Amino acid sequence: MSKVNLIIGREYWTRVKTKTFLLTTFLAPIAIALFYAVLIFFMTRGSDKTKNITIIDKAGLAEKIEMKKNNLVFDLSNESLVQLKEKYKAGDIDGIIELPPLDSTQDKYNIVYHADKALALDESSAIEKMFSKPIRDYKMTAFGFEQSQLDKIDTDIEISPQTVNETEKELSSITGLVSSGVGFIVGTVLFFVIMIFGSQVMRGVNEEKLNRIVEVLISSVKPIQLMLGKVIGIGLVGLTQFGIWAILGSVISIGALAFFGLDAGMADPAANEMAAEAMANPEIKSKMAEILKELSTINWGLIIPLYFVYFLLGYMMYASVFAAVGAAAGDDVNEAQALTTVVMVPLAAAFYIAISAAQSPDSTLAVWSSIIPISAPVVMPVRLASGPPAWEIILSVVLCALFVVFMIWLASRIYRVGIMMYGKKASFKELAKWIAYRD
Amino acid sequence: MNILSLRNVVKRYEKHTAVNDVSFDIPKGKIFGMLGPNGAGKTSLIRMITSITKADEGKILIDGEPLNAMHPMQIGYLPEERGLYKKMKVGEQLLYLARLKGLTQKDARNKLNGWLEKFEITDWWNKKVGELSKGMQQKVQFIACVVHDPKLMILDEPFSGLDPINTNLIKDEIYEMNKNGTSIIFSTHRMEQVEQICEEIVLMNQGKVVLEGNVKNIKNDFRDDKFELEFDGQFPSDMLGDSFEILKDDAISCVIQAKEGHDSNELLRGLMDKNIKINSFKEVLPSLNDIFIKKVGESNE
Repeated sequence: MSKVNLIIGREYWTRVKTKTFLLTTFLAPIAIALFYAVLIFFMTRGSDKTKNITIIDKAGLAEKIEMKKNNLVFDLSNESLVQLKEKYKAGDIDGIIELPPLDSTQDKYNIVYHADKALALDESSAIEKMFSKPIRDYKMTAFGFEQSQLDKIDTDIEISPQTVNETEKELSSITGLVSSGVGFIVGTVLFFVIMIFGSQVMRGVNEEKLNRIVEVLISSVKPIQLMLGKVIGIGLVGLTQFGIWAILGSVISIGALAFFGLDAGMADPAANEMAAEAMANPEIKSKMAEILKELSTINWGLIIPLYFVYFLLGYMMYASVFAAVGAAAGDDVNEAQALTTVVMVPLAAAFYIAISAAQSPDSTLAVWSSIIPISAPVVMPVRLASGPPAWEIILSVVLCALFVVFMIWLASRIYRVGIMMYGKKASFKELAKWIAYRD
Repeated sequence: MNILSLRNVVKRYEKHTAVNDVSFDIPKGKIFGMLGPNGAGKTSLIRMITSITKADEGKILIDGEPLNAMHPMQIGYLPEERGLYKKMKVGEQLLYLARLKGLTQKDARNKLNGWLEKFEITDWWNKKVGELSKGMQQKVQFIACVVHDPKLMILDEPFSGLDPINTNLIKDEIYEMNKNGTSIIFSTHRMEQVEQICEEIVLMNQGKVVLEGNVKNIKNDFRDDKFELEFDGQFPSDMLGDSFEILKDDAISCVIQAKEGHDSNELLRGLMDKNIKINSFKEVLPSLNDIFIKKVGESNE
């Protein structure tokens, strides 16, 4: 056992002490954050240059519309179109909107926008939206509705789920949404972690085989010790990286909250305005509160340890196969790639099932693939937030654990032969023979 | 007492038998040569002795005990195909390999310092292996193989890729370790190296032992009546007749082969009759290479 510890120690420290590890650990989250920041920046920013648009109102809608929408500033005018066009040419205004008279019998209403430059997508949709309610109101009035009736015509529809058994936790309208979101994030992370660190195991094993150090190592330790040491060592590297990310993430988000929340004056005024707007909007505010409340009703104390259990099971399962692949493959890249598909196909399939399971966690496909070991480590964590029955979780963990033991055994059979086999192409037929080999 | 005894050892691979019923003993404290061309089964045999693989049949005894889990710690193995972690520092790497052989951190550190001083390479400790030349890497590998003071050392082609200076350095170390009681198995297909270093050899071909024993005795057994002469004057080639054949003749010496039924006395007598002054006369023993070729020729027939 002490030898396995030595191997784990080497695998761990030689990776953790490298610059690459430091860079990926500290720069990857920054890179991801930057990516999202830039994305959000461009998406929310849209058109920012103020446009002065003059409205020629022949429909009598003017008093019912806001005179400022995002970057658009409106102005009413009694001047003729020709006069306004002169103003446009002089550069005093950026565009002219012509509202034709309303006709309640027409189901199409054509607003004319005079300018040499077309409106941006967000600008035209803002204008369309701005006029849709006044026009509808106009038509309704024309059909004989009273103003008081109009005020009541909009209905906010919400489905509120109610539990049948009183012991079940209380459900709210967004329970499904929140648990899908959590599940989706967890499933994605697990898939990438298993894939990234699994292929590190493969490369590590293959490197040892190709530079022939394995011959020296195998004369001191058993192949299975070497394999397990490598798999566990690299798994710990993964856990370390995620531990650091978790700590960094919470520190940064607490810091960000403190910064934006308490020190609002210091922050970027535009962002502030947006946040203030969002917070001022009671609908958004209540949604946020609901999401937070919903998140807090999830049994994290049980679910987070289960995430780790599934990470360990999934990682051990796939990493040992990756180790066998690394041992079987020679220095031919194509050969390694062909062998890698054996691992990647089920893993990718599990990931796709996981995505669909995030949307419908209780579908037959989701339930079964969260019990079958090959896909369970990725699919079950996705379902956990939506509270699957306990027996499914227990069955799935037990089956996975048994399968992990089986896969480690199987992989070590291939590993011990493959690692010493040079110049022989590892076909699948060949691999099957290796499993049966005696020592 | 034998450090290693092999009894009817067999190792089969899918399509061929790599080691076919091999038995021999290696006495303690000797430098033992294991010879044979590529594919003779040397490496397969070594892998069984080092517990990398298991014998299909037969017994392997180390120091009289059947091979067990503790034995790998008492064996030092320098494989023919050698390699190290390129990105790891020399010191870290040697410590790791030493600790895998069961040394404590402290012992390993002390012993390694001793070896690095001996080879005058203490400043390599923090160098990455990838930065060293191939010859330098071999030194590191050699240290990794001996650091745990094995009682049996197995060297598979230890000099391949080494320059003459480093070859001598390693050779001296091998002699010294042997003097201190380490038994050494020296596996090679380069016969001339064995003649200089080994007392006893086993000769393998196609998975079988074709010849074993003391190098001197083997050579005596294979003497083939060749003589080397140094003399003054002109060599009377006419006097040899059908009894002798000149194999080599230059200004200083000549090598003569006595044919079946004729011996050295006959040759000397003839030369003395002709009044030729002989400065030296010695029998030329066959090289192991010659013996090997002869033996393998026989076993292949």
